Amino acid sequence: MLETSKPDGHIVTGSVQLVHAVGMHARPAVKLTKLAKRFQAQISIRASGAVEWINAKSVAKVIAMRAARDSTIEIKASGEDAAAAVAALVDLVATDFPDTGQ
Amino acid sequence: MNMRAEIAGPTYSGKTASVGFVRGPFARVDATRSGGRAVGTPSDEALALRTALAAANRQIASLANAAGGEAAQILEFQIALLEDGDFLDSIFAAIGTGTPADAAWSSALDDQIADYNSAPDEYLQARSSDLADLRDRVLRKLHDGVNEALQIPAGAVVCADDLPPSQFLEIDWSSGGGLALLRGSPTSHVAMLARARGIPMVVQLGEVAEQAQVALLDGEGATLELDPTLEQLGLFERRRRVHRQNHTAARAILGTPAASWHGEKIRLLINIQRVEDLYHPDAQYADGIGLMRTEFLLGKQAGLPDEEQQYLAYDAVCRWGGKRAVTIRTFDAGGDKPVRGFTTDGEANPFLGVRGLRLCLARPDVFVVQLRALARAAVRGNLKVMFPMVTIPEELETARKLFVDAVAALTGEGIPATLPELGIMVEVPAAALTIERFNASFFSIGSNDLAQYVTACDRSNGSLDKLSDPLHPAVLQLISRTAEYGRRHGSSVSLCGDMAGDPRCIPALLSCGLRELSVNPSALAQIKQAIDTLSPGVACD
Repeated sequence: MLETSKPDGHIVTGSVQLVHAVGMHARPAVKLTKLAKRFQAQISIRASGAVEWINAKSVAKVIAMRAARDSTIEIKASGEDAAAAVAALVDLVATDFPDTGQ
Repeated sequence: MNMRAEIAGPTYSGKTASVGFVRGPFARVDATRSGGRAVGTPSDEALALRTALAAANRQIASLANAAGGEAAQILEFQIALLEDGDFLDSIFAAIGTGTPADAAWSSALDDQIADYNSAPDEYLQARSSDLADLRDRVLRKLHDGVNEALQIPAGAVVCADDLPPSQFLEIDWSSGGGLALLRGSPTSHVAMLARARGIPMVVQLGEVAEQAQVALLDGEGATLELDPTLEQLGLFERRRRVHRQNHTAARAILGTPAASWHGEKIRLLINIQRVEDLYHPDAQYADGIGLMRTEFLLGKQAGLPDEEQQYLAYDAVCRWGGKRAVTIRTFDAGGDKPVRGFTTDGEANPFLGVRGLRLCLARPDVFVVQLRALARAAVRGNLKVMFPMVTIPEELETARKLFVDAVAALTGEGIPATLPELGIMVEVPAAALTIERFNASFFSIGSNDLAQYVTACDRSNGSLDKLSDPLHPAVLQLISRTAEYGRRHGSSVSLCGDMAGDPRCIPALLSCGLRELSVNPSALAQIKQAIDTLSPGVACD
């Protein structure tokens, strides 16, 4: 499930299957954007098959993506903590957005 | 006295929506969703929105803390949206190009809501009500902040692009004033409210200057003059005097015997929006109340009205009526009359949606309270109750069943109550065409909605004025059918729409067989005069 790659020095990519029962809805989207915002990196995601990358820090856009259950989410990030960001987001999706209790 | 230069200020002409004359300060208000909110520069507007967003964010955060659990997660979504830079950027960009803060905010949220509503899965559709909640919370913050800064001066000529009914009702008209709309329509719901309150109103003025000190609004000649010269003022005052003299002459007719046409008595009833309308000096001459609207009870801030509040209003009207019949219409919300916490949000076509009796039957929790209050007021014996927007007989029967149950429950509680006469509004073409299927003891034709549905013209859309003519033969045919049915079966048929208050429509309505018309108190004299003119020399009492 987890596969990160580093095609050049700046952009980190990864992809992960969305296992959440109802797809990328409000609660998962809020968790994903909250986590993304902890990183300095610019992070974009898209549901595989979609053309457009969207800002992973915008909850409106993440929901509007309408990613369904079992679709694959592609993630790419650039910036200092890009690798950590992609790893964290892949983990969040792969573990089905656990309640961390903050 | 204002000794301004003798250069004529701009004069605009439009269409009359409500007659009368106003001379007062000019108050321009923003068009969209802003009850008296002034629009500032783009940077003011951006600041206003930022402040409102921050206040809403704090409020939601404390709600989320208090609520916890599932509710907190829903609220977190609202907070996430308030902190979504990409989303907000587009709103601030719109404000930067001159869109008012509230309009920019609403339009962005409305887009999201529409998007969620169109989603194939229910989970996402359900989120749209969270968005509507968020939209309204921020709008309230925006309006709170600015309303204090901008008050509409007493007696002002309020000028807006268009005005929804809710905003008309938010403005304090107690010291007079008038309404000048750049767009709008004489047949809109707001125009109806203005006529009922005697507020002069002119619509379709086109482009009007943003600023002026003094405005002269002539609801007869349908003109708006800004910063007039002394000469303009003199002419205005002369027109106003003539109008008053004519009105006084017409009023003298009220004391004469009942109106008649070809020897048949015509009953003239009044439409009222609230109990205070009975204080109109001409109201006492009416043969009864043909339509009491009850939506005013829903406009109160503190939620939906309780039984006691409603009972007091209905009882006051029945006491005023004495021996005269009083017809009260149950809540007619929906369509262009949204009520927070009652009507359905986000309908694509609210005029064809869950409104009138449809809404009441969907919300028995609200409806039964009204029926109980009405059943108690009916004990005085002169009350008739009618249901709006009835389409099929089953709706009437379901409402009747609820009413009978309410009476039984009250009686069981030892509270005096009785079932009043029950009738229906005839405004849905399907009902008008199958009138014989309804077991109603009386019928009241709502010609505004009937004409709107028959001609397929939105009555608030000014560009359809020519097509939405209530004198269209199709509309008259339905009125005739209903009157004819009533005559054959001995059930009374009245008409309570704007047509009844329009002297030009009177000959057609009488020819259709109507013998009961219900008009605003302020139109009573004119309509009586119009009927007398048609049929001189024949008086009956």
